Amino acid sequence: MSRYSAFSLLRGAFNGQSHWKPAWRHPDPKPHYDIIIIGGGGHGLATAYYLAKVHGLRNIAVLEKGWIGGGNTGRNTTIVRSNYRQDALHNFFEFGLKLWHGLSDDLNYNVMFSPRGALTLGHSDADMVTLAQRGDAMRCDGIDAELLTRDQVAKLEPLLDMSRTARFPIEGGLIQRRGGSARHDAVAWGYARGADSLGVDIIQKCEVTGFVRDGDAIVGVETTRGRIGAGRVGICVAGHSGHVAGLAGLRLPIESQTLQAMVTEGVKPMINTVIMTQALHCYISQSDKGGIVFGGDPDNWPSYAQRGNPMIMENAVAQGLALVPALSRLRMLRTWSGVTDMSFDGSPIIGETPLPNLYLNGGWCYGGFKATPASGWTYAHTLATGKPHPLNAPFSLDRFERGATIDETGSGPMPSSR
Amino acid sequence: MMQIACPHCGSRAQQEFMYERTVDSVVPLDAPTDKAMAALFTRTNPRGPDDEIWRHTYGCRAWMVVTRHRVTHEITAVRAVGPEVLP
Repeated sequence: MSRYSAFSLLRGAFNGQSHWKPAWRHPDPKPHYDIIIIGGGGHGLATAYYLAKVHGLRNIAVLEKGWIGGGNTGRNTTIVRSNYRQDALHNFFEFGLKLWHGLSDDLNYNVMFSPRGALTLGHSDADMVTLAQRGDAMRCDGIDAELLTRDQVAKLEPLLDMSRTARFPIEGGLIQRRGGSARHDAVAWGYARGADSLGVDIIQKCEVTGFVRDGDAIVGVETTRGRIGAGRVGICVAGHSGHVAGLAGLRLPIESQTLQAMVTEGVKPMINTVIMTQALHCYISQSDKGGIVFGGDPDNWPSYAQRGNPMIMENAVAQGLALVPALSRLRMLRTWSGVTDMSFDGSPIIGETPLPNLYLNGGWCYGGFKATPASGWTYAHTLATGKPHPLNAPFSLDRFERGATIDETGSGPMPSSR
Repeated sequence: MMQIACPHCGSRAQQEFMYERTVDSVVPLDAPTDKAMAALFTRTNPRGPDDEIWRHTYGCRAWMVVTRHRVTHEITAVRAVGPEVLP
């Protein structure tokens, strides 16, 4: 693989840019791999990359039903942050945030990570107490969090409706300045290029249709391109976790829902940070192209349809306009939806399954994108060693029956109420 | 958006309804631990039809079982909840 650099670009200027080569191969599947990862999204590709880079494994395949990065990796709002209250969550996501900060250099691929700050607004005294508590919990583990007054918020985001008659009056906020956003496609492509250059086979248009078993143990997969043997198999299919695990006869603590987001036409810079709120389920940021990206609630009923619902969209936009009234003149360009794997405590699942050689990475709810590097790193560790990394040990599949759930919102085992 | 045929009120817009849970996740009071755990914390989550409990919250407030396809959202049956419908 040739390295991308300013020099190679310059040299290309003298040969008509003819030096560009495909960033990854399109190999046919081999009869057997040491490790097969089902799902070529950001998480699956990151897992393959770290398996090769950190653990030195080479005989690895990533099987993707469609095209890489075409699922939730391409259907999110690209927010990156680690501002969780609970230790297990903020330590995991902070490990990821540190990887994000060096990711473009590591991959030699510009993922356009932009640490512009992740701002959570508080709308009441109670909100501010909760935000202070969350910020303190983060700072105890060395993670940056800064409580902002009303005036500080107004200075940071001048277009917020700071009036006392606002529909959602703003009392202050909590900011994580190292948070921000990144370019979603570049994350998938950068990991794919990195993994491919280390010998990983990325096999697209290859859907897994069943598992090959030897007793209880999984020894391979049936695919639309034939049977492929495997030492270990890792499921990494986000919203379709329930479906794929079902092929192995497992029932998971996951219910799939639709989550939609939308973007307006491009305008000059007007939103400086990623704005979220403690009381509403609405998040607003501005893409590098200038579009205002909105996200809202998941559709709170099970669905595998990759299309959103107007009543949820209306709700998200109404909240956004109440916070930033200046957005009301913008026209919406596109909306999109992903199938989110809502887990029963709102936290992900990375680890072993009851079946030998079969591993699961899923349950990301509506927060999987920011986890891509940490998810890949810890899942690679789990797949390479057969044991969880200390960071993903709390996120085991058996935590529900042990009563060790990690429920950040404290809303109980109901995905439809998150 | 869906139109749901409430057994009591007729066809109504989805906004009037709330999704509760699937039928197989109702925990019978005398269920053994493993069955209760499975009902509380796991779902079949099929990429196809499933039986779901919905409530006409902003209407007659009655519960009903809706058989609905998870990809197409097509509703093939709506039954009022009664002893013969739920375990």
